Amino acid sequence: MPPEIAAVLQLVLNGMATGAIYALVALGLVITYKATEVLSFAHGDVLMASAFVAWGLIVGLGLSFWLAAVLTMVFAAVLGWQIDARVMRRIVGQPQFSGVMLTIAIAFMLRGLVSMLFGPESRSYPTPWTQQTTQIGALVVSDLHLVILAAALALTAMIYLFLRYSALGISIQAASQNQLAAYLSGIRVKQLTSLVWALAGAVAGICGLLLAPIALVDISLWIVVLKALSALVLGGFGSIPGAIVGGLLLGLIEQFAGVYLPDGSKDVAAYVVLIATLILWPRGLLGEAHGRRV
Amino acid sequence: MRFDYDTSYQDSKRLLRYRSDQLIYGLTLALLLAAPWLLPKYYVGELTYLYIMAIASLGLMVLSGYTGQVSLGHAAFLAVGAYAHAWFLGQGLPFAASILLATALSGLVGLALGLPAIRVSGLYLAMVTLAFAILIEHVLGRWKSVTGGFNGMPVADPSLFGLDLSGLKSFYFLCLGCLIVILLLLINLMRGRTGRAFVGVRDSEAAAASLGIWVAGHKVLAFVISAAVSGFAGALLAHHMRHITPEGFSLLLSLELVLMVTIGGLGSLRGAILGAFLIGMVPAFISQIKPYLGDRISKQFGLEIFFFGLILAFFVLFEPKGLNGRWLKVKAFFETFPLYRKDVFRRGKTYMKSERYR
Repeated sequence: MPPEIAAVLQLVLNGMATGAIYALVALGLVITYKATEVLSFAHGDVLMASAFVAWGLIVGLGLSFWLAAVLTMVFAAVLGWQIDARVMRRIVGQPQFSGVMLTIAIAFMLRGLVSMLFGPESRSYPTPWTQQTTQIGALVVSDLHLVILAAALALTAMIYLFLRYSALGISIQAASQNQLAAYLSGIRVKQLTSLVWALAGAVAGICGLLLAPIALVDISLWIVVLKALSALVLGGFGSIPGAIVGGLLLGLIEQFAGVYLPDGSKDVAAYVVLIATLILWPRGLLGEAHGRRV
Repeated sequence: MRFDYDTSYQDSKRLLRYRSDQLIYGLTLALLLAAPWLLPKYYVGELTYLYIMAIASLGLMVLSGYTGQVSLGHAAFLAVGAYAHAWFLGQGLPFAASILLATALSGLVGLALGLPAIRVSGLYLAMVTLAFAILIEHVLGRWKSVTGGFNGMPVADPSLFGLDLSGLKSFYFLCLGCLIVILLLLINLMRGRTGRAFVGVRDSEAAAASLGIWVAGHKVLAFVISAAVSGFAGALLAHHMRHITPEGFSLLLSLELVLMVTIGGLGSLRGAILGAFLIGMVPAFISQIKPYLGDRISKQFGLEIFFFGLILAFFVLFEPKGLNGRWLKVKAFFETFPLYRKDVFRRGKTYMKSERYR
C-alpha cells in the first residue's frame, strides 16, 4: 500500500473512532428528544458525572473494570430516572424553552456538585484495553477505539430495534406523538418517559466510561455534548440512524480538517458544520421533513 | 382598588401614570444617585458591574423576551463590542466615537448572523447562536494581530470631552446614565409600533404575517437592535475589566445572560434589570459566604455554578414568569387588597404539545 493512501486510511480510522463517541452521545440525546421533545443539555454532565463515579469505583475502591462499568451504568440510569421523575415532569406542557432552561439548570448543578466533591484535578483509570493496539494491514488502531466503535454500532442497533418492534418501544413512540392520546389508550406515560430518561442516562454512562480513558476524567468532559449536537444536526435532528451517521461523519471532518486545513480549524470544525447545516440544509442527512402547520 | 380615569389623551401615554409609581421610581433614582457616597467603594464597583450587565440583559430581552428568538450565544456580541471599542480607542479615536462605532459594528455582526439565522427557529436557533458564540471566542483567541490572542489586550481609560471618567464615581455615573438612556429608548420602542410587531411575531408568526407584519424583517431588526445594545454593554464592560481576554466572554457569560432574562421574566424590561441584578450579585454573594463554609467546599469554583443552577431551576419550576411575574402578583395583591385570591394566577393542567411542526 502506498504511504499516502495508508495515511489517509489511518485518518479515516481515527476519525471513525472519535466519531463513534460523538455518535454515542448523540444517540443518548436523540432518544430523550424523540420521546419528550426535550433536548437535554444536562446529558454531557450526566456523562461527566459517570466518568467521575467510574474513577471512584475503579481507582478509589479498587473494583474490577466490568463491575465498575455495570455499577456506573446503574448510577447513570438512576440519575436519569430521577431527573425526569423529580424535576422534568413538573414542566410538561410548558414551552420548549423551559425544558432547555431546566436541563441547563440541572447541568449547572451537576457540574457544581462534581467539582465540589472531586475537585478540579484531571485523573485517569485503567481499562482492559488501555495501551493495546491492533494491526489491520498497514494501519494501527488502539483497541479502545475499536471497542467504542463496536459499542456505538451495537447500542444503536439495539435501541433502533427496541423502538421499532417491542411493545414498550412502540408505546414510547405513541407517547412521543401525542401524550394525551397515548394516556387515554392505557399507556403509562409518566413511567415511560422516566424509562426513556433512564435509558438515555445509561447510554451517557457508557459514553463517560469509554470516553474518560481517552480524554482524562475532567470537568470539561461535558463539552462533548456540543459536538454531539453538531453530529445530530448533520445527521438529521430526531433520527436515530442519523445520529450515528452524523457522529461518524463529524469525526472524519474533524480529523481531515486538523490535517489539511489551517491550524485551529479542528477545534471549530464541529461548530462551523452545525451552523452551515442548519442554515443551508436544515433537514440534515436522514432527517424528517419539516412541515409547517398554521 | 384603583380605576383608570383619564381626562386627556396624554394621560394614557405617560410612562409613570400614578403617584405611587412616580414615588417609587423617583426614590429609587435618588438612592442610586446618592449610592456612591453612601456605600463602601467595593459595592460601588459591584453596582457599576450590575448596571453594565443590566444593559446587556436588556439587549437580550429585546430578542428573546419580546421577539421570541432564543439566543444562547449573546456573549459573542458583548465580545465584539468590547474588542472593537478597545481597538478603536487604541487607534486614538475619542471615547464617544469609539463606543458608537463599536455599537454599530456589533449591530452589523448581529445583521450578519440574523439574516441567515432567521431561517431556523426554536431549538435550532439556540444551537446556531451557541455555535456562533464558540466560533467568535475561537476567532478572538486566534486573531493575534488585532486582539492579542489569549493574552488579551489592555483597554484605555474612558474620557468624554476632556473629562476623565476612569474614576470609580465618574464611571459609576457614566454606566447609570447609559442604563437609563437605553432603558427609556427601549421602553418607547417596545410600546410603539415596532415593539408590538415584535410581540406579534413572538406569539404567532402566521397571525402576525396575516396582519401585514413583515415577519422576517422584524426578526432581523430584533437581532440588530439586540446585538447593538449588547455591543454597547460590551464596550462598557471592557472598561470595567480594564484588560479583556477571550475567556472573559465565554459560554458561561452567554448562559448567565440567558439566566438573567429567564429569571427576570421573559417579555418585560423590568424583568431584564431585576434578573441582571439577581444573577450579577451571585458571585459577590458567594465570596461573602465562603468564609463560613468548610475549607473543602470553599476552595472549589463549583459553588458559583451550582447556585446558578439552583436559582434557575427554582424559577423555572415555581415562578415561570420570573421576578417580574412575582412583582405583578405582589402588586395585584395590594391593589385589590381584600379580594386577592391565589387562584387569580393559577395554572391549569397541561399535556405535552408537539412543537415539532411549528
